[in-house]
Parts: sequence; C-alpha cells; structure tokens
Amino acid sequence: MRIGVVTFPGSLDDVDARRAVRLAGGEPVALWHGDHDLQGVDAVILPGGFSYGDYLRCGAIARFAPVMTEVVEAARGGMPVLGICNGFQILCESHLLPGALIRNDHRTFICRDQVLRVENAGTAWTSDYETGQQITIPLKNGEGGFVADAETLDRLEGEGRIVFRYVDVNPNGSARDIAGITNERGNVVGLMPHPEHAIEDLCGPGTDGLGFFTSALAALAQAS
Amino acid sequence: MARVIVDVMPKPEILDPQGKAVHGALPRLGFDGITDVRQGKRFELEVDEADDATLAEIRQIAETLLSNPVIEDFTVRVDA
Repeated sequence: MRIGVVTFPGSLDDVDARRAVRLAGGEPVALWHGDHDLQGVDAVILPGGFSYGDYLRCGAIARFAPVMTEVVEAARGGMPVLGICNGFQILCESHLLPGALIRNDHRTFICRDQVLRVENAGTAWTSDYETGQQITIPLKNGEGGFVADAETLDRLEGEGRIVFRYVDVNPNGSARDIAGITNERGNVVGLMPHPEHAIEDLCGPGTDGLGFFTSALAALAQAS
Repeated sequence: MARVIVDVMPKPEILDPQGKAVHGALPRLGFDGITDVRQGKRFELEVDEADDATLAEIRQIAETLLSNPVIEDFTVRVDA
C-alpha cells in the first residue's frame, strides 16, 4: 500500500511521516506541493511544519498549493487523508474539516509528551486503537487552539467526530479539550499532536503513534 | 489608480492572544487607561479603478484568502 506525504515549502515532519509509513509496513511516496499529481497513492498525509512560513494564517497559503486540488478531490472521494499539526490546519483551511486553529491561549509554544484519549476508533486512521484507550505522543505547536462555533462543536460531539481529546491538561486552550477530529465519512482525520514522532522506542515517548499508520494500511487492505 | 483597504479582525467571541499580550504590556509602560486591545490585519490592494466589479472581486478575495470566516470578520473600503 502506497501512502503519499506532501512536502510544502516549510514542511518539517515529512521525512518522519514517511519513515513512520515504512515502519508500519507501507510504501511511503514523496509528493510535491507544486505538482498536480498524487502519483497513484492510496492515502495521503499532510505533515507538520510551517508551510509557506505560516504567512497570513497557518495553512492559508498551502490550501491553494497545486497538489491540494487533487488532495481535496481524493478526500471527497473517500481516500484516507491524515493532517498532522500544520496538516490539520491545512485541512481546516481547505474546509475538509470544520473549525480553525488559533494561537495557544497561554501565548507560548508548547512541546511535551501529551496524553490523548481515543474517542473514535472507527476512522481510517484509528481502527487499530480502542475507543477510550489512552495514548502518549508528542505535541509541539504555537497555534493549536481548536475553535468552532457552539453549533459545530455540538454536531461534532453528537456525530462522534471528535477523534481525540487531551487528557490531564488542555495544552493550548482547545474547545472542549479537542485534539483531533474527523469528517462525516471518517476518512479524513486531523490532529495537532504528532503520531509520527512516537513510532520507535529509541526516540520519543514510545510507539503509541504507530497505530495511525497500521490502521490506514489495514483500511486500505480491506478496501482492495 | 485607487487603493482598497481590507481590514481583518478576529471575531468578538474568538480569543485574541496577541491582543491580550499587547494589552498586558501597556501597564508595564505606564499606560493605564486602555481597557482592551484586539489585534487584526490591514491589507492595502492597489487597483486601476475601484468600481463595483473590482470591489465585488476584492470582497471575494477577502472571503477566500485574506480572512478565515470561521474566526475572522472583514471590511472593505476605498481609501479616500
């Protein structure tokens, strides 16, 4: 199974995301922001970083990158798409996911090993977890406060589309402790913390992040 | 030639950490009379003529790129 990872100018975690795909048993494919081409991949990851320098708003310029035309179309067609950190911001700016990410309420950049509770193990990227399971993966952001109007938050809650919640502390002022959400179909998932940094015991807080990538590979194997 | 100003502001109900940081700095500088600060963005767009069609287009630009309607409001006006 081939999983593409888009590199934008200013992406930082594209290499780690590709490595995570490989360690999970998939074939990583490097995709370029300037190409109208997904190279026939089965799934796409939008990695963390500071695409286009975070100018204007985080993800606002990346949304209009050439490759995003194909990513949005594929996502609407059901292809699994994961947005991590800056990738989550891009998914919100692209309207593939509702809401927006604003500057952390405490106004400082945060970098910590963060405990999350898996609230929905039914998405393309979380099926290898169990609902209610707690996982620890790194979180690092300056603009990770998830906001949406009350009606949208109620809808997300009612439809089970909150995929992850922060446990113990809310590190960035996110509404209702939301760390990650999904679309109606469950193929598009965005979250602020970084599963690709928790895939080996040698580096990071453990291997709790690996399940994202094995979940997607399992979903793809099932679909084929 | 004309200049069109687009002002983008965080919606009133959205937390504005930058404005809060600026507000917090004022008393340290001895300015005590300011009760709140909100920080936004100002864009200056140069056009040949600020006619209705151009302004309609600029409103579209403001809505799709310059602002994010989920968290921000914008206004469009011609610079006098």
